[in-house]
Formats: sequence, structure tokens, C-alpha cells
Amino acid sequence: MAKFTRGFTGRGTAGRDPRLPPGQYDARDDWPVLNAEVTPDIPIDTWTFSVDGLVERPTTWTWDEVHALPLSTYEGDIHCVTTWSKLGMSFTGVSVDTLLGAAGPLPGASHAMAHAHTGYTTNLPLADLTGGRAWVAWEVDGAPLPRDHGGPARLLVPHLYFWKSAKWVSGLRLTDHDEPGFWERNGYHDRGDPWLEQRYQGD
Amino acid sequence: MGAWQAATVVAARRETARARTLRLALSAPEHHLAGQHYVVRLRAPDGYTAQRSYSVASAPDGSGEIDLTIERLDDGEVSGFLHDVVEVGDELEVRGPIGGWFVWRGDTPALLVGGGSGVVPLMSMLRLARGTGRPDLVRLVVSVRSPGDLYYADELPGPEVTVVYTREAPVAAAAGQVRPPGRLTLADLAPAVAPGATAYVCGSARFADAASRLVVDAGVPVDAVRVERFGPTG
Repeated sequence: MAKFTRGFTGRGTAGRDPRLPPGQYDARDDWPVLNAEVTPDIPIDTWTFSVDGLVERPTTWTWDEVHALPLSTYEGDIHCVTTWSKLGMSFTGVSVDTLLGAAGPLPGASHAMAHAHTGYTTNLPLADLTGGRAWVAWEVDGAPLPRDHGGPARLLVPHLYFWKSAKWVSGLRLTDHDEPGFWERNGYHDRGDPWLEQRYQGD
Repeated sequence: MGAWQAATVVAARRETARARTLRLALSAPEHHLAGQHYVVRLRAPDGYTAQRSYSVASAPDGSGEIDLTIERLDDGEVSGFLHDVVEVGDELEVRGPIGGWFVWRGDTPALLVGGGSGVVPLMSMLRLARGTGRPDLVRLVVSVRSPGDLYYADELPGPEVTVVYTREAPVAAAAGQVRPPGRLTLADLAPAVAPGATAYVCGSARFADAASRLVVDAGVPVDAVRVERFGPTG
């Protein structure tokens, strides 16, 4: 294979924002919307979030109950596998650590399947959901999370590609093994670290 | 899905003022499903790379070649290069086919709804249906702003295809012979809904959102609607 593409210089690496992982570009003011199903309308008075599976106390929170938990904010960047990144965003919600703390993961729990109200699923190692690196978020940049971006609330795991941050999230089910979720069954990577460019199965 | 491989541009065709189809001969051909996409990676001499995904427009046909139709985006680093610099004989790095959800295997009823460049993966499905003698399985509804924005204009027409113009219709519209320009409506889609059909909706986020709602309103169950939204991917 040719070492480089004839005639391509691109925008080059000089002056490239160090916050951008390899192969990503800065979407600036755009926030592209990507999902595979019809955008649902989920009223907050019927919204719930559950943690179950390998936990001591399977727990379900209502909208009001989850808002009574300590607030937590993420300030930073997000990266979509389709190559856009958005830098310097702010999301507010509750830390997944808080939710897991209430439910009490059992010693054998190693992974979680995130479920959405639409039936969407995505799998994550439990280690990626703990340690202050994952949230259930309902505000972005100070405003309610719009419906097409996963509102009323979405999972937020910003250190992984954004398909892991399940829109319209309905819960986490803890398991003792990894199994592929929706996109992972369809060719995408089980972990999805943007800094390692883990875009597709086999990367 | 295969590893990165070299592909040679063997033909180029202009679809519209902003769309160009590149036909690529794969060095390691792999069967694709209608609706899947490939990633194209450009590599600069200093090691900088940029990659974007493009849907395959050609049907799975065992030829070892694929058509990718590239919409030129304003300030698009990759699409601009693929439009302005790439010529027949050039070699590109590609990887694919990718995607196991927005695919049609050619043996079930399908309602295909595309807006603008969203017609590309649906064209692969239409070509598959026609190529296997089963055009009766598909109905394609394409929405474009004006006649000049219609991809594959000379190949599309057929009893299974409806084109909806949102801003400017062909001249005949002035005489009231065809639908006047306007956004896609339930009335455009309803006649295309067949019992048991899976709907494939593809286009910009705004189009896909509106069209997928209309598809549901037209009687397609929510869980039978597959949506692919094109973001501005440069």
C-alpha cells in the first residue's frame, strides 16, 4: 500500500488541538445527532433508572429521586466514532459511582450492559463506569439535555467513544462477563477507547 | 469487516454539483450487504491522517468493485479532497464493509426513505432488488430540494420509485401534472407502505427525524424502522 495518499497534505498535525484523539476533528459548534432508531419521547413523570443484575440491592430511581442525589458535573470533551469530537463541554447529572454505591455491586460483577428506553444496549467494563468517569446526565451546557441528544437523561462515559454513552438510558445490568451490545454486535469495538482508536471489532 | 486495504480508483462520475461517485477496485475484495459503508483514510507525507465513512451505492455483485458516492461538504477536509484532487488511477486506503444494522438482505419487503445524500445506501438496496429481479420487494421514496440535487437521476425512475421535491419541482409541476414542491408528507409515504415491510430511513438528522415519524404515522411499527442519520462528517 502506498505510504501516503497522492496530493493529500490535510490540515496537518501542526497546530492540532492536543485534546483531539487520533483521527478525530473538532466539530466546533455542531453537535451531530446519530442514532439508529426513532427518537423517543420519554416523559419525566414515567422516567426511571435502574441498577440490577449482580448487585446486593437492585434499585430503581424515579426522576425526582435521582435528582435528590448529589449532583456531579463533567467538564471536558466527547468523541464520536464517526470522527467528530466536541471540546470543552459541560454535563451535569449524577455520578454512576453514586448509583452503584446504592445498589452494591457483588464481588463477581465485572461488566455492565447499559439499557435504553428504546431497547438500545451497549456493554462496558465496570471499571470504565467507576472512579468518577461515568455519569447519568440530564443537563448539557446548563440547559436540559435535548431529546435528540438522549434527553431526558443519557449515560455519559466521555473517555470512551460516544456510542457507549447510551441515549435515553434506562439502567445498568451488572454481569460477570462481557457480552456485546447493539453496535458491538454490528461490528463496533467492545471497549471503544478513542486514544487507541478502538473503533471496530479487531482494532 | 476486513483490515485496511488499498483500493484503486477505476472510474469517477459526477452525480450532482455537490456529489461525485468514485468506483474503487478493492485489492482484497469482500462481500458487502446493501446499506453498509466503507471508511476512506487519507494519509499525508507527515503521517497525518483523516478518515470518513461513505456508504456503498453499488449492489453486492461479486465484482470486487464498489461505488462510493461522496457529498461535498463546505470546508470538508476529506470530501473536498475526494472531489478536487482524486482522479482515476489513484490509490486510496479503505476499510470495510461496516455496519450490520442498516442493511437489507434482499429477501424481505422494504420501504426505503432517503433525503438528499441519504439515498446512497438505499441505492445499493434498489440496485440489489432490481439486479435480482425482485423490484416488487422495495419502494423507494427520495426527497430532494430540486431536480439538480437528485443523485442517480437517469437510473432511479421506475414504478417502485417516488421522488419528492421540496423547493423546486420539474417543469411539468407548473402545469399541475406532478406533485407541487413541498416537504415530505404522510400522503407521499402512505402508498409506499407494504405489510410487513422494514423501513430504512436515511438522511440528515432533521430529515431522518421527521421522516421516521411519518413512517410510523403511516403504520410501520417503531421497531421495524431503521434509521441512519448523516451528520456533517467533513
